[in-house]
Order: sequence, then structure tokens, then C-alpha cells
Amino acid sequence: MSPFALPPAIDVEDLTVAYDREPAVHHLTGSFAPGSLTAIVGPNGAGKSTLLKTIAGLIAPDEGAVRLNGLTRRGVAYLPQLAEIDRSFPIDVIDAVSLGLWTEIGLFAAITGGLTARAEAALAAVGLKGFENRQVGSLSAGQFQRVLFARLMLQDAGVILLDEPFAAIDERTAADLMDLVHRWHGEGRTVIAVLHDIERVRASFPNALLLAREPVAWGAAADVLTPENLHRARYISDGWSDAA
Amino acid sequence: MMLYAALIEPFVEYGFMRRALVACFALALGAGPVGTFLVLRRMSLMGDAMGHAILPGAAVAFLVAGLSLWAMSLGGFIAGLTVALLAGIVSRVTALREDASLAGFYLISLALGVLIVSMRGSSVDLLHVLFGTILSVDDGALLLVAAIASVTLVTLAVIYRPLVIECFDPAFLRATTGGGTLWHFIFLTLVVLNLVAGFQALGTLMALGLMMLPAAAARFWAGAVWSLAALSVAMAFASGLIGLLISYNFSLPSGPSIVLTAGAFYVGSILFGTRDSLRTRYFPRAHFHED
Repeated sequence: MSPFALPPAIDVEDLTVAYDREPAVHHLTGSFAPGSLTAIVGPNGAGKSTLLKTIAGLIAPDEGAVRLNGLTRRGVAYLPQLAEIDRSFPIDVIDAVSLGLWTEIGLFAAITGGLTARAEAALAAVGLKGFENRQVGSLSAGQFQRVLFARLMLQDAGVILLDEPFAAIDERTAADLMDLVHRWHGEGRTVIAVLHDIERVRASFPNALLLAREPVAWGAAADVLTPENLHRARYISDGWSDAA
Repeated sequence: MMLYAALIEPFVEYGFMRRALVACFALALGAGPVGTFLVLRRMSLMGDAMGHAILPGAAVAFLVAGLSLWAMSLGGFIAGLTVALLAGIVSRVTALREDASLAGFYLISLALGVLIVSMRGSSVDLLHVLFGTILSVDDGALLLVAAIASVTLVTLAVIYRPLVIECFDPAFLRATTGGGTLWHFIFLTLVVLNLVAGFQALGTLMALGLMMLPAAAARFWAGAVWSLAALSVAMAFASGLIGLLISYNFSLPSGPSIVLTAGAFYVGSILFGTRDSLRTRYFPRAHFHED
């Protein structure tokens, strides 16, 4: 893929998102800089996935706003949690990857020549060359996540949102996919990922947002992931749970 | 000659058998692919609910216009679509999930339908609507069923991609192009249309039979959306053909004969299919070994 013109910044302004009046994200303000690589971390129920879905346009905010600054829906690629996809659906690997072309080809355009080559190249880049005609149902969780990463590559978006991309997959796959994330970062794309593994964030992510429904800290990963902040996130989160 | 008399002669001798056979073919063409998507979307029971929901529309039309094919079809279509839309709206604006809201509306609809028919019609009329009469399919009914099959296939061709994406990964569809709702309602419309087509022949109680049973059976043989749909069409048509012959040769009612034949395909597939059937699970062939 070619070097990328930097996407605009994503600004979050006093964002509150609630489910049934119970806030999942509470008064969050900040900005994801163009081309930044940020991990969103925090306790369970801290609103990490909710924030990602709001940026992806899947959930409407109750208060405040997410400003994409001219970025269109096509410019944002979103990787849902594995559990939200029907992996028993009868579809070939190459077709599942080619879904990434969906916004380009629309209802009717055939997938031929150049497009096929792009899909095959993406599959090769995630280490699944030769898997084209396998059914997705026959893949392991790790292999399936590789397929979804190949689909993300085809979407060729300036902003990439990953919801727990390394949950429930083997370490080898996680390392390979992390390399891809770094490659996207190197190409100037903005990448925002929800992660559980604090050590991985420390090792691989320049920026971090520590969320406990309300923001605890946001900035350079080393400054955010201090023992004090992590402890405070746990404390705030427990307080929310007790109040609920 | 025995075979000829049993298998071929009925269709050569009797126009009503020929028309019934063609009606089954047209039904199979529409119902196969629609049933395939119903199974893939885990909406089998919703299809059943919609089948019952069309009853009051057909009943009201029957009271107003008598046993008119077009009036009853239109009435059934409007009733089915109304129930589907109401259920969809309620599940989107309230906390009630779609299956529950649909069950609520279809039960109201079904009770209304039975009430209306029994108020004015005889019990024979009610049986007519509930169980259908494929052997009395006339040219008008054939045209209707064929038109619905054509509209279904063309529409499915148009919405095929978003429909597949919405089944496989709904969040991806919403995140890339927004709203799966439009495709969902177009698909629901197709379901209602095909149920209306089916109820002429099989009645509201069994209209779903030619849709669900072949589609569910196909899951044990085929592994791609297109082959599932093609196999469903083939099995639905075979069910129609065999069911009609059984009905003719043993003087049994045609609707249940057809649906039971489809049921035999279904049970046979569960037992002997090539994919995840009981046979492959309990009597697997030796797997490959690396030497």
C-alpha cells in the first residue's frame, strides 16, 4: 500500500454515551492526533468498546460529539469483536476478505483482475496464502482474525478502529498482527485499539487512553500507565458499579 | 406401464395436475433462496409467525370479495407486511426484542383471522385458507405465483451483497455504509410475498413448509450461499412433484403430502447428509494421515 496522506484528527468533545440512561462513557474530551497509534485500556465495563463504536458511527452520543473533521464513513475502518460475527456462515475466505472492497464496488461491480489481486495480496500479507477457498467456519480463531485484518487492509482507510483484536488468539498470531498495526502506523494511518494486555500496550503503543467510564489519563503510554493511574481507574470503576 | 400410470399419466391426463406441478416449480424457485436466507439469518420461527400473520388479511378479503385469488393475496400481503413492520418498529423503539414483538402481533393477527372467517364463512372455507388447495390452482393463480417468483429472484439478485454481509457481519455493514434496516425490510417483504404465493397452494399453516424444510435440509449438503439456494430449489421442487404423485395415487390431501415429502428430505438429510449429519458425526470416514 502506498504512503498515506494523513487523515484529519478525531476530536472528542465532552462525550457521554449511555445505555438506558446508565452512562458507559462519561464526559470524555480529547483528541486522537493524525497518524497516532493509541491503545484504549481500562477495567471491564469502562466504556472502551462503546467509545470505539461511537467513533465508528454505530452508536449515537447522548451528549457531546465525536468530530471526524471531514472524514467520511468510508475513511474509517472498524474491526468488531470476534464474538459479534457469525463464523458458521457459509462463506469462502477470499470472499470474506473481499468484503473490504464493498464500499468501492457497491451492489453489482464484479471483483476481477486488479481487485482479485489486491484481495490475494492482502491475504498473503496476513500469512494466509493458499487459504482462499477454505470456508471461514473451518478456521481457528487466530486464522479468522487474520482474515478480518486482511479485510481491513482492503478497506484502505485512514482511520482504523480495532476492538480487542488480540483477545482469544494465539501469541504468534497476535505478534504477526501487531506487526501489521505498526505497518499501518508507519503509513500514517490513525490506529485506535481497545486492549486488555497492559504489557503489550507498554511495549507497542506510543499513546494510551485509560478509561473508567470517565477519562483517567490520556497521553503518552508511559505517562498514562502508571501504577497510580491504573489503581485510580480500578477505584473509579468500582465506584460506578456500586452506584449502579 | 404400471410406472407410467403411476408417475406420468396423471400429468398427461389432467390439466389440474399439470398446473399444480408448474405452481410447485414456481413456488420452489422463490421459496428456495428466501428460505436459505431465513435459515442463515436464524429467522425460521419468525417466518412461521409471518405465515400465520397473513391469515386475517386473507380472511377480510374473503368476506368482502369472496373466494377471489387476487383480493385474498393482496389482503394477506398487507396483513403480513403490517405485522412485520409493526414488530420491527416496536423492537427498534422499545426494549422488546424482535422475536417477542413479532410473536405478540402475529398471535393477535391469527386470532383475528380465525374469528373473522368463522363469523361469516363455513368451516370448509376456513380449512381452505388454513390448508390451501393446490389442485384447484387456476391460470390466474399460476400467473401470480410465477410473478412472485420472478420478483423474488430479481430482488434477491439486487440486494444479494448487503444481505449476505448483514447475515455474516452486521456491524461491518452498519460501519461501512450504514443501515442494515433497509435490506432487512426488503427481505421481510420478500418473505411475506412468498408466503402469500405459498398459501394459495399449501395454506397459511404450511406455506412455510416449502420454504423452511428444503433450506434446512440443504445445510447438511451444501457449503456456500448459492449452492444452498440451488439445492433448496431442487428439493422444494422434488417435494412438490413427489408429493403430488403420492396425493394422486393414494388419494391423500395434496398440501400435507407435499410438506411431508419435504419433511422426509429434511429428516433424510439430518441422517445421511455429507456435512455435519448424524452419519458423519457417528460414522466418520477415516481422516487423512500424514505418512
